[in-house]
Amino acid sequence: MAALQLEKQRGRYAALAIAAVVIVVGIPLWWKTTETYRAWLPFSEISELDSLQLQLSVDIEVVFSRGTLTPEQQKKFPLSHVNEKEHQLHHKTEFSCGSVVVYVIPESSTLLPEDVKVYVGQRRTALLRSPPFKTSWNLKEVLSNLDVEVEQVVSTMSFGHQDIVAALSNRVRMTKVTKESMADSMRAIKSSPGYEITFSLLNPDPKSHSLHWDIEGAVQSYIQPLLNKLAPIANFSVDSQILYYAVLGVNPRFDNSVSAYTLSADSLSHVINPVEARLGSNAASSNPVLNFLLYVPDAHHSPLFIRDHSKRKVPSNAFHSPRWGGIMVYNVNEMYGPEAERPVDININMAKVMGVFLAQLRLMLGVQHTHPPTGFVLQSPGSAGLADWELDRLLWSRSVENIATASTTITSLAQLLDQIGNIVINDNIAQQVSSAVTSLQSAVAELEAGNLAFALQYSREAILASERAFFDPSLLHLLYFPDDQKFAIYIPLFLPMCVPIVLSLLKIVSEAKKRRADKQAKSD
Amino acid sequence: MAAHRCGLSLVCILIFSSLAHPSSCDTLEKANDNTAEKRSISEVNTDGSVAGEALNERQWQSTDAEVDRSDSTTHSEALTPAAARDEFQEELVIRPLHSGDIYASFQFRTLWDTDFLQEGQKVSHYRLFPKSLGQVLSKFSVRELHISFTQGFWRTMQWGQPFIPSPPGAELWVWFHDTVSDVDGNWKELTNVLSGIFCASLNFIDLTNTVQPSASFKPLGLGNATDHRFLRYATLPREIVCTENLTPWKKLLPCGSKAGLAVLMKSEKLFHSSFHSQAVHIRPICQDEQCSSKAWELRQTLNVVFDLHTSGQGKKEWSLFKMFSRTLTEACPLASSSKVYVDITDNPEGELFELSPATPLLGQAVVLGDRRTYSVYDLSRAETFGQLRSFNLLLRWKGDSGDMLRPLLHAERYVAGFGLQTGEIHTVIYNNHPYRAFPVLLMDSVPWYLQLYIHTLTVTSKSRDNKPSYIHYQPAKDRHRPHLLEMLIQLPPHSMTEVTVQFERALLKWTEYTPDPNHGFYVGSSVVSALVPSMVAMRTNFTQDQPLFSSFVPVKEESSYFVRVYTEPLLVNLPTPDFSMPYNVICLTCTVVAVGYGSFYNLLTRTFQVDEPSPPLSKRLANLIRRMRGVPLLT
Repeated sequence: MAALQLEKQRGRYAALAIAAVVIVVGIPLWWKTTETYRAWLPFSEISELDSLQLQLSVDIEVVFSRGTLTPEQQKKFPLSHVNEKEHQLHHKTEFSCGSVVVYVIPESSTLLPEDVKVYVGQRRTALLRSPPFKTSWNLKEVLSNLDVEVEQVVSTMSFGHQDIVAALSNRVRMTKVTKESMADSMRAIKSSPGYEITFSLLNPDPKSHSLHWDIEGAVQSYIQPLLNKLAPIANFSVDSQILYYAVLGVNPRFDNSVSAYTLSADSLSHVINPVEARLGSNAASSNPVLNFLLYVPDAHHSPLFIRDHSKRKVPSNAFHSPRWGGIMVYNVNEMYGPEAERPVDININMAKVMGVFLAQLRLMLGVQHTHPPTGFVLQSPGSAGLADWELDRLLWSRSVENIATASTTITSLAQLLDQIGNIVINDNIAQQVSSAVTSLQSAVAELEAGNLAFALQYSREAILASERAFFDPSLLHLLYFPDDQKFAIYIPLFLPMCVPIVLSLLKIVSEAKKRRADKQAKSD
Repeated sequence: MAAHRCGLSLVCILIFSSLAHPSSCDTLEKANDNTAEKRSISEVNTDGSVAGEALNERQWQSTDAEVDRSDSTTHSEALTPAAARDEFQEELVIRPLHSGDIYASFQFRTLWDTDFLQEGQKVSHYRLFPKSLGQVLSKFSVRELHISFTQGFWRTMQWGQPFIPSPPGAELWVWFHDTVSDVDGNWKELTNVLSGIFCASLNFIDLTNTVQPSASFKPLGLGNATDHRFLRYATLPREIVCTENLTPWKKLLPCGSKAGLAVLMKSEKLFHSSFHSQAVHIRPICQDEQCSSKAWELRQTLNVVFDLHTSGQGKKEWSLFKMFSRTLTEACPLASSSKVYVDITDNPEGELFELSPATPLLGQAVVLGDRRTYSVYDLSRAETFGQLRSFNLLLRWKGDSGDMLRPLLHAERYVAGFGLQTGEIHTVIYNNHPYRAFPVLLMDSVPWYLQLYIHTLTVTSKSRDNKPSYIHYQPAKDRHRPHLLEMLIQLPPHSMTEVTVQFERALLKWTEYTPDPNHGFYVGSSVVSALVPSMVAMRTNFTQDQPLFSSFVPVKEESSYFVRVYTEPLLVNLPTPDFSMPYNVICLTCTVVAVGYGSFYNLLTRTFQVDEPSPPLSKRLANLIRRMRGVPLLT
């Protein structure tokens, strides 16, 4: 009987030992060999990004010109703060990008016309006619009295609430957006590290028109100054091509009243599609393309005019499609007589064409219309076509938009990786994600500190890193390895192995219970 | 009858395949169109009013006027139109073949005197040269690019030599500029971009089918690059060429398919042919005789062989309309020359066929070592089109065509051997020249899964061992690079040279098999390049139309000509597993493991005890009866 007990005990130990081996060695081994590699991601910081609080600050320098303040007021603040210099409005010293200088001139100054309150210069400066001060005020009171005007100047020259909301409109649902700023933001092409600008000359009738355009010179003199100015925002590359036998998708209607062919505004939306097949995408880069087409109608459909919704002739004879580009119709039928020898050599007046394209380019790039309050006068932007403060406005909204885009990308990537456990996260992705997060954080910090240039640069880095991580092909490797197939492979091995172990463990447990009950009964 | 039906069904299949194939690209385009439509519609909705924009533009125009004035002074000379620095030519050569087929060869040539690789200056303004290709050239620093898509196999023995040879499937070879540091990376990206441009599966070109031939592919354009590190060569013999490849190819032409010779390219006719090959060749060439400046040449060629003998109900007669179902009405207005040539060499007196409309223009050219005579039709002249304003060339055969001179160089290839373990590749090269020996360069690129035994390489001609004077062999690395074998072989006159090499078939991993592994695996054509002695030089007694003094010593430039001959691609069967096997194996192994484990487990955990042997069956029976009877039991 003792031998039998011993034998039973041995069997029990053996079963326990096997179960222990399976649990201690087998399961970790299986776990280790089949797990997918997932590098560590800064999930907590990413979830912080989800509820991002942006704080933008602008450096404002207020300079009181001679005669604005009374000597008593000047005396009232410490000497070190007295900053009295002779400034020219158009002086050459560069203010750092994003800052604003406001010159306050005496009320009686004749520098500005009578009804003009504020004059906004080409650079980052503005002249402000000071409201009447009481001589008894100290400087603080004077400044607080100026507050409203300065705020107006800043919202014109750097950003207002509406601009920021519009920049965020694609990422964040907001209700308080005016229709106009919405349209502006939808017209502008999305923020991207680079753009391709393509000018195409469409000549549907090379038999009768031999067209020459000096696109090289025109780009040099009209487009390049603007692009040089915009260089901090993105890399631009410009190219051009001539497409023959390219026709618009709509047959223009002949209008007897003006003896010309007309395109109505309703049909414009159908014009682009057939042309677009010929345009060709840029084979060498994946940046968004802005197309500008110059369409010279063929001899049998000339002249061709575009009419707006109220049936009036559009004076520029051009239209644009948001985020795609613009089309201009260029009639040449008046440049030659009916008996001219075909094909007729025609030189295109690039100044006229580029004026329209430049205006469209500004719209596409999101140089927004400013609606200055009454009493404001804006200086014309000069040969570059863009004033410094307009660039600043663009930079502000672009950096906010970049930050919003990058943080959405990163949070959705983190969400995705969190949800699907099958995805392999390689080290390079983890590195991209964390670098995107750190650039985002520093971009936000720089915005807070008012360093616009750095903020933009960091936000671009963030966007690049986040996109690279999001579109990495290695994320897709094991995505399509469904669980049911895994079970089909595991069951033939695991079922026969685990059932005896589990059964014997159950038996041991029940025996132990019974023994305890027996013992209890015995002791009772 | 049965054969007829077969033919019909074949035609049907062809049509269906041509219908089914373009779908991939077409749907894409359609999808694009849809999005474009949506976008442009949304434009009208979101934009508010066009009038508003027009206002803005007007606003802007006023400011621009200032800009104009300030700039027009400085740029006045720049605004004069630049002289046209590019040039476009088109031509079509039609050659009636001796087999009764018609060989039509289109050539479109765009010349542009600009330098894509100039430092600092970016070329970005395109006129006749297609922008997409120009961007590719400058982005990847390509010095020379040759790409061809071919459906069908060129039958050299029946048709003679083509003007521009190409292997079945897709072929791509590129010389990169020697400033490129990462050639493999550029090559990878370039193939991907080209596959997008031509809507072809060139993205399947990777390191496993790319080679760097040391001698066979020299640059055809300017520059004497010899460093073959900058050369990449790849073929995809499996590539099927169809309309989706033709459409982007036509888009590269300045006139598209709207005017000029390209109107003839109707895909349902072009692909209903025995042979179809389209190619793009880009190379730098000299602009003038002194070669003071470089120009880029883009040559787009399209070669078709129509089998009009069988489809024309036995009548030997063809016209442009019959071949292409279109006629010509105008030259491309952008072309500086636009011509149609018909080869009438075999028909000097008009006894073989009749050509209408007749042309007074005749042209002579030495093509592939043979002096040919052509009727020339100049499309840039109005009288070519006659009063109907349409040009339809018609050729009517009168007699049976004579025998064709056999091509001097010819090559073929096949796989020998049985079973699925080993085999032998035979390449047979024919020299049909009656008395001249000449060397040829043979290039073979074999995928890694055919493991060549290079020690079994034999070259025999006239049943004697023929030792190659140059061998360049680069062994394959499994899953990394293919075998490359290049040899310079001297071909004796009027001989057949056989090159054999044995191989063993590798077992692939199960993910490396194609979706239809039982179809077999293609091995690209081998390439035979040679300088072949010219026919003109061969006819020493051909003095009818030449003065005696011109024909004693063969003229040097005509004495030999360069020819490249492609053999057939091979189709090799590899050992193909049953693909449900892995799961079966898993199940079987698991069962064996489970049974073994189960008995082992039982052995270890079962409790053993000595059992009293049970009484034998007879005793139990006896006891049973005894119990019934009430008698004491046995023990």
